[in-house]
Amino acid sequence: MPQEYRLILKHADQTGYTPDIECYLRHGGYEALRKALATTSRELPDGKKQSPQEVIRDEVLKSGLRGRGGAGFSCGLKWSFVDRRSGKPIYLICNADESEPGTFKDRQILHKDPHQLIEGMIISCWANDVKLAYIYVRGEFPQAARIINQALKEARAKGFLGKNILGTGVDLEIHLHRGAGAYICGEETGLIESLEGKRPYPRIKPPYFPAVLGLYMCPTIVNNVETLCAVRHIVSMGAGEYAKLGTVNNTGTRIISLSGDVKRPGYYEVEVGKATLGELIHHENFGQGLRPGRSIRAIIPGGSSSKVLKAGERFKLKRKGADGQMTTVEVDLLDLPYDFDSLQAAGTMSGSGAIIVLDDTRNPVDVLANVSEFYAHESCGQCTPCREGALWMSKALHRLTHGEGRKSDADYLLHIAQNIQGRTICAFGEAAAWPTLSFVKKFKAEFEARGAADEAHPGKPPASH
Amino acid sequence: MSLSIPAPLEAELDELVTRYPQKRSASLMFLHTLQEHFGYVSPEAVEWTAAKLGLAPINVFELVTFYPMFRQEPLGKTHIKVCRTLSCALAGASDLRKHFCEKLGLDAKAHVPQTTPDGNFTVEFVECLAACGSAPVVLVNDTLCEKVDASKADSILAEGKSGGAQLRAAGTLSK
Repeated sequence: MPQEYRLILKHADQTGYTPDIECYLRHGGYEALRKALATTSRELPDGKKQSPQEVIRDEVLKSGLRGRGGAGFSCGLKWSFVDRRSGKPIYLICNADESEPGTFKDRQILHKDPHQLIEGMIISCWANDVKLAYIYVRGEFPQAARIINQALKEARAKGFLGKNILGTGVDLEIHLHRGAGAYICGEETGLIESLEGKRPYPRIKPPYFPAVLGLYMCPTIVNNVETLCAVRHIVSMGAGEYAKLGTVNNTGTRIISLSGDVKRPGYYEVEVGKATLGELIHHENFGQGLRPGRSIRAIIPGGSSSKVLKAGERFKLKRKGADGQMTTVEVDLLDLPYDFDSLQAAGTMSGSGAIIVLDDTRNPVDVLANVSEFYAHESCGQCTPCREGALWMSKALHRLTHGEGRKSDADYLLHIAQNIQGRTICAFGEAAAWPTLSFVKKFKAEFEARGAADEAHPGKPPASH
Repeated sequence: MSLSIPAPLEAELDELVTRYPQKRSASLMFLHTLQEHFGYVSPEAVEWTAAKLGLAPINVFELVTFYPMFRQEPLGKTHIKVCRTLSCALAGASDLRKHFCEKLGLDAKAHVPQTTPDGNFTVEFVECLAACGSAPVVLVNDTLCEKVDASKADSILAEGKSGGAQLRAAGTLSK
């Protein structure tokens, strides 16, 4: 039976669990940090020696942890790219700019268990020789900012931060930095610009890979809140045990944000890939299905940037059989295991783990109009295809939802979207184009019908709106 | 009008500068702090920040015009931000915003932030507030209100009219 597996959110919603350090310490808090600091160097079978820091980095790599912010890239690999020979300081930034529409998981950690994040950060900083780190909290989280500030103060007072932490001779400082309402700050190079006190215009890669040329042109690690919390658990339980959670290549737990047309929206921590998309929506332990008489029309599976999935779609997945042979199986959309690789095989992504369910009362034209307005508002304006294209798409969708559409708007939208993706400095271009590309392709009849109806009755809003 | 910065506020800002290897990094936190104190970011606040951080005023002004949370004029004492992004829209955010506007005598069709003539309320549509599981949500000053229906909306307004002690920003965030 699919059920929650609470590792990161183990205590968050328990009665009497408070965000202060005393409560965290009573629940075994900062024990993983002590364990990390007590790590000894080890000799590998090939005779090479690993320093204690290298041991921790190796554990994180072996745990299979993949970034929980959206890209799903291996955390250990990301750390391995850090330029450690430049002689420059190495920085670490926690990306707490949670702003992908549909996502509300980091908010739970920041509000309810801030010290877990701080402990994960201290371990990650120590393992990467970082002396100065920042938590970039989105501007729309004023309460979280207060809680984090208080937690940092408490950690300093207990000697977990500051000079000579826990008598190790290592100095580490973590500060809070607040954003101010711009979605693009969630993009790591945009975030770095913002932290430097500038407009958050993303930087072009190459050469500006944060691991080499990040904050102040120094090597920089940017990790999501949930990812850094997972590091704490990897150290605590060991990479091997952590990797037993979840499924092959999709290890550990993930916090799923479920919203839209389900009876019980909310956040659910599960072992990655152990629940299918259908189970997360319908099972009594999760979404509990749709309202009476409704059926699924579409699912946005990984935040509003991910490509929409249409009810009834079937996908081919490669599976390893008991005999070790790879076989191809065809599965219904609802039977897709909710993990990084299955969603990718279905032509979309699990992104930030945010599922938005759309029932049969929703018209895809109205839904895309809403999503498109978001991207038109949030484009930073640096690259022409994105700045202009996102606005053009939003304008076309505005007229389609206000009785002034044209039948040709469907193709017009596809044309614009195709000319944004791949032509911008950062992935925002794709984020803006993918919803349009997928919605219009999969629901073309609806888009054309809306436009045709408007042409037949110019100026008259459609009855369904 | 010149800017009068009380000594404790200046001390707080000075401390913020020490958090960064480069002074310019403190500019966003400066603007937040000044906006919380004065209610908005005035041209004088921009100039003062620039001088303090060794920047040209344009380096600070371009932040005020880019980041949606910074404002160049005072807004209502109770600032109601209604989330308009998908999950909240599915849960009726549009009607919710209309409800606020109609109760306050504001134009329900206007898409820009609107303030009541008495300066008590501002109603604004904003993008995702990251609380989609309890849609529709509203950020009232610094307080998140979840699953806001018409009756909750009315209590938010009543709270605002009575002085809104609980909804008022509870001091500065950078401390």
